Amino acid sequence: MESTRIKEHPILGEQEKGELVTFMFDGKEVTGYAGEPIAAALKASGLMVHRYTAKEHKPRGIFCAIGRCTDCVMVVDGVPNVRTCITPLKAGMDVKTQYGVSDKPFE
Amino acid sequence: MNTVNDRSRDIGPFVPQPDDDMLICRCEEVTKGEIRQAVHDGMWTITEIRRYLRTGMGLCQGQTCSKLVKGIVARELGVSPTELEPATSRVPMRPIEMRIFANEAADEKEGE
Amino acid sequence: MTRYDLIIVGAGPSGLSAAIEAAKKGLSVIVFDENEKPGGQLFKQIHKFFGSKEHRAKVRGFVIGRQLLDEADEAGVKVVLNATVIGLYQDKEVVVKIGEEVRHYKGNAVVIATGAAENMVTFPGWTLPGVIGAGAAQTMMNLHGVLPGKKVLMLGSGNVGLVVSFQLEQCGCEVVALVDAAPRVGGYGVHAAKVARTGVPFYLSHTIVKAEGEEYVTGVTIAEVDGSFKFIPGTEKHFDVDTICLAVGLSPMSQLLKMAGCKMEDNPKRGGQVPICDEHGRTSIPGILVAGDVSGIEEASSAMIEGRMAGLVAAEYLGYMEKEELDTALVSLDSALDGLRQGMFAPKNRGKLVEKTEEGIDISKSLLKNGYVSDDEIERYPGVTHKKGVHPVIECTQNIPCNPCQDACKKGCISIGDNITSLPIVVDGSECINCGMCVANCSGQAIFLVDEDCGDGTATVTLPYEFLPLPEVGTKGKGLGRDGKVVCDAEVVEVKSLKAFDKTNLLTMRVPKEYAMKARFFKAV
Repeated sequence: MESTRIKEHPILGEQEKGELVTFMFDGKEVTGYAGEPIAAALKASGLMVHRYTAKEHKPRGIFCAIGRCTDCVMVVDGVPNVRTCITPLKAGMDVKTQYGVSDKPFE
Repeated sequence: MNTVNDRSRDIGPFVPQPDDDMLICRCEEVTKGEIRQAVHDGMWTITEIRRYLRTGMGLCQGQTCSKLVKGIVARELGVSPTELEPATSRVPMRPIEMRIFANEAADEKEGE
Repeated sequence: MTRYDLIIVGAGPSGLSAAIEAAKKGLSVIVFDENEKPGGQLFKQIHKFFGSKEHRAKVRGFVIGRQLLDEADEAGVKVVLNATVIGLYQDKEVVVKIGEEVRHYKGNAVVIATGAAENMVTFPGWTLPGVIGAGAAQTMMNLHGVLPGKKVLMLGSGNVGLVVSFQLEQCGCEVVALVDAAPRVGGYGVHAAKVARTGVPFYLSHTIVKAEGEEYVTGVTIAEVDGSFKFIPGTEKHFDVDTICLAVGLSPMSQLLKMAGCKMEDNPKRGGQVPICDEHGRTSIPGILVAGDVSGIEEASSAMIEGRMAGLVAAEYLGYMEKEELDTALVSLDSALDGLRQGMFAPKNRGKLVEKTEEGIDISKSLLKNGYVSDDEIERYPGVTHKKGVHPVIECTQNIPCNPCQDACKKGCISIGDNITSLPIVVDGSECINCGMCVANCSGQAIFLVDEDCGDGTATVTLPYEFLPLPEVGTKGKGLGRDGKVVCDAEVVEVKSLKAFDKTNLLTMRVPKEYAMKARFFKAV
């Protein structure tokens, strides 16, 4: 999937980024920039669905991107309900799709 | 007493609508139909609706749906949304883990 | 419990401004903000601001953000980030989550500057990934450098919807439609016009029927609505999109004030639940003050003035300045704020249909309905004149509080006068030297330099251009009309990117002379 990163912006120029690091998403290796929100790194790699809801098992993703709506929560390093849009990415993080409040897919 | 709290008022029966399955509270997955039904079950204030259905009680604490819920309840009651008292604001305003909530820091020195 | 003279909640434009003024008067000030970075929404604003010099007009929002942070640093303001205020009590006790701990602070005075949250609308599929708030789009593209999507439909024609649509185009997204259930464009006409001329179609009196897709958005259907906002059958239109952006207004985030026991009201003109307060931010509880969007939705420019007011009021309340000194300071801040609250988009005019300008000229109906002024309407405005040689054509057709254009022209070609909302006029007998400063300085991108007859059957049109790639001289393409439709062939004959233009490039295209007053955008082919 083609990256959706903005290479050069007419007003902002080239944006400063942290170090390029590797992290795990659902068992696969993904790259992102250290310090950017986990959600930004996932979005740049083309991910849309962050979680499936507890009751209806419906997909959710980024909605407000500022930590208010909590729709983008995922299981990060074993902890559920982590708001990926405001949690900075670190090398080696283990990020998983959240099903209800767990990383185990629904039966 | 304003009309909002006058519970002897007849608001008519619950009439199903085509968009009753529309999700309103994204966190707790509560639909428009459930909210409308709750009003007819006697929940006339936002606080009662919250306690009855958990709208606005999920992770986001009503950041997204409170205005929507207010609009639906007001319409069902036949009043203006401005007449409805919003839900009580209380600590904590944002989602917070219990272990952190209970972890009171020691006092800093003055002006630190 | 640590005590400060002044505790401020929110390090956005109003909170920082309050902190700066209070710190300058000698108060011990601390600012808490739940975000990782200060500046609130300012760093997502990449357009040039409106207003006059005193409001930092023609400076881009993120640059104002940087200036404000520098000023706060200089004044010795302490800003604590990642600090979420989770409670405020009547006796001005502030409960803050910082890191893994909960801390308690006491303020002799408190300024609440928590800003606003986005409103949402529901439609089938509105919870699908790919349906996002306009703020989310801004955050992703302008802060994190990631495209929110490739093909986007924008719902909402207020300033946020218009500005974000333009920003989406600037970073390379395709905006397939701008939709609003209202029958008229809600935001500034100049913002609408700069989006429309790039080819984005406007659908007023339309709204979303449904978002399509199983796992995420793959398309959207809109339809026309009647006067009571009911869908008109048979008017459905489908678009293949991956993103639906919602820009349907803001609500004050005033819950902390309610928690503290401030008297509140539900005031639709101010955006929802707001504290009852005086014009300088004093709530019903002495020493608890408000500034910015939390007390009524406005612009960042007014939020900064309100912040300064609140900071000074707190200083006087705590005895750090005399009442007379405060009153004098407030007089000039009052007048600065009043300047921003003029014109047809002023808070007092919200919801009113203004049909004529202050000058008595009919407002363009096409602008309100389609997002652009039609060719037969444009001639009626005082900024649109004709003469030999290069001259400015100012397509500013609504009374908005903005006047950088009259300072931009060192030759005195452009005049607005003392009334900041007056339509700019081209001064009779003035001499244009084709410097381009007016084009670059117009925050609304509404000024063009036109030579209607170059003597060889062609005309040149110089327009503001803030997109990449920047066409080179000699590039052949098409001239687009105000409606974004191709009107003629065009060739780029000059590209100017001076530092003084602040990233607004000036692109001059040659067009057949019949299109001098019609072609307003360039598209390479």
